[in-house]
Amino acid sequence: MRINVLEYLDRAARQWPDKAAFCDAEEQLSFAALDAYSRAIGTALAADGHAAEPVVVYLPKSPKTVAAFFGVLRAGCYYVPLDDEMPRLRVELIIQTLAPRAILCNSKTRAAVESLDYSGAILDVDALCATPVDNAALAAIRAEAIDTDPIYVVFTSGSTGKPKGVVACHRSVIDYVEQLSARLAFDGDTVFGNQAPLYVDACLKELYPTLKFGATTCFVPKGLFSFPVKLLEYLNDKGVNTICWVASALTLVAGFGTLESITPTHLRTIAFGSEVFPPKQLNAWRRACPNARFFNLYGPTEATGMSCAYEVTRDFAEGESVPIGRAFPNTQILLLDEHNARVTEAGVTGEICIRGTALTLGYYSDPERTDAAFVQNPLQSHYPEKLYRTGDLGQTNAAGELCFLSRKDYQIKHMGHRIELGEIEGAAHTLPGMRSVCCVFDDVRKKIVLFYAADVDKAALIAHLKTKLPRYMLPNAIHPRDELPLTPNGKLDRAALKASLA
Amino acid sequence: MDELLEILSELHPEIDFSTHTALIDEAVLDSFDIVSTITEINERFDVAIPADKIVPENFNSAAALWALVEELEDE
Repeated sequence: MRINVLEYLDRAARQWPDKAAFCDAEEQLSFAALDAYSRAIGTALAADGHAAEPVVVYLPKSPKTVAAFFGVLRAGCYYVPLDDEMPRLRVELIIQTLAPRAILCNSKTRAAVESLDYSGAILDVDALCATPVDNAALAAIRAEAIDTDPIYVVFTSGSTGKPKGVVACHRSVIDYVEQLSARLAFDGDTVFGNQAPLYVDACLKELYPTLKFGATTCFVPKGLFSFPVKLLEYLNDKGVNTICWVASALTLVAGFGTLESITPTHLRTIAFGSEVFPPKQLNAWRRACPNARFFNLYGPTEATGMSCAYEVTRDFAEGESVPIGRAFPNTQILLLDEHNARVTEAGVTGEICIRGTALTLGYYSDPERTDAAFVQNPLQSHYPEKLYRTGDLGQTNAAGELCFLSRKDYQIKHMGHRIELGEIEGAAHTLPGMRSVCCVFDDVRKKIVLFYAADVDKAALIAHLKTKLPRYMLPNAIHPRDELPLTPNGKLDRAALKASLA
Repeated sequence: MDELLEILSELHPEIDFSTHTALIDEAVLDSFDIVSTITEINERFDVAIPADKIVPENFNSAAALWALVEELEDE
């Protein structure tokens, strides 16, 4: 039985030492090199007395960053990936929540780390890679490890403005990687083209199966996602045969007619998720890649990654939504109604709730929000058993396939990112002079729209928001109003504002 | 051209788009911006920017982008 994800790396380094594991435009790391770097980094961290604690990995996306993740694990710690493009306020909130004792950086991110209100160790990852390896010390750490030890903390948007740190463990990641790999039929010939940032759980789909099978992951340069023809040329050139992208990246390609001028030549598995894929674009992809298998995936960060999958085997009509299918083996998805009773009838709506080994441990240093979302299974009260309430509403269709309907609250999915509209409103409210603010999502045009009332001009508000929010959370349109409309009981009238967009 | 500058300024009010010539090379515009700019242009000028014209050279400056719009409007 596998109890630690490092077993994947140990085996890959033995069986396929010279094969390319991860590459980007500048660098390529073999499994042997990845393993050696992880041991050097792990040795250095352990020698400095770091153990069973969060270690922040503040690095741009690169093969070395993956080595840093595994180095942290070798020291018996858990990694917290941060991105060099995250806004300062978000990084500060995360550092406050974690109070870490070590941050890994490189020459590109060092200045940003040094400017933080932080007194712990600042370690250069390139310097750590030169540490002589102490395999006996690493083996001793490993002997103590159990599979419910944390593996990483990733942060998601929180409605109060404070991001939530989701803590996953080795067991949840192993379960997810095994089930996902079997369902999508990854193997040693798989060449992934990675799109997801390394600070979200979406990148697990490439990182861990790459180690499990001795496959290869190419980090697609971010700039290519603006230029669809160049993007497909890159995939063809690198022999990428498997992509697990947010639907908006695939929509971008199909939406501008790219597939009519260039054909992807190697793609055999195309997985998407995190948001709705418009049927028109999906059908265009299926025509362009008739031999590829297409999967719609669904799952929350709190259940490690994806929890269920639907293989697209037919055309979908305009306006029809693609089902999210069936739960992976060893995961159960329940629909619960407002009385916490199980919904079993087709076509009846319930909240999507998840139970299984893939559930994460909860939110870091946040028992209140953990208890609100990870609850005792309401279907039995005899022994402790956790169930995660996603806040998503769903129902099953006549074929027994699960379908996603909507959210219970103001959380949205935009360009693949999970966003609490409340967090955007909170950021706008921190601007002096702001009287009222309301953020809505324009479902038709797929835009985040912010309405506000204040004696502040739009440019000043945009400049302010840029210092508070990640790029993907910035409103796509901003409308100043003299006053925002209220409902009869004095609440902001979201519905009226949303209707004004039509 | 003014309408195009207006579209771009909505995205980044702090940038002087009338003079900037390295919008892509210096990563002023990212993929979110490119997608929304193309969508806005297609809607407002009633054109359809084809995939093979969505290349960095056409997006590095407002002038280059405007030249593309005019070229498409003539077709």
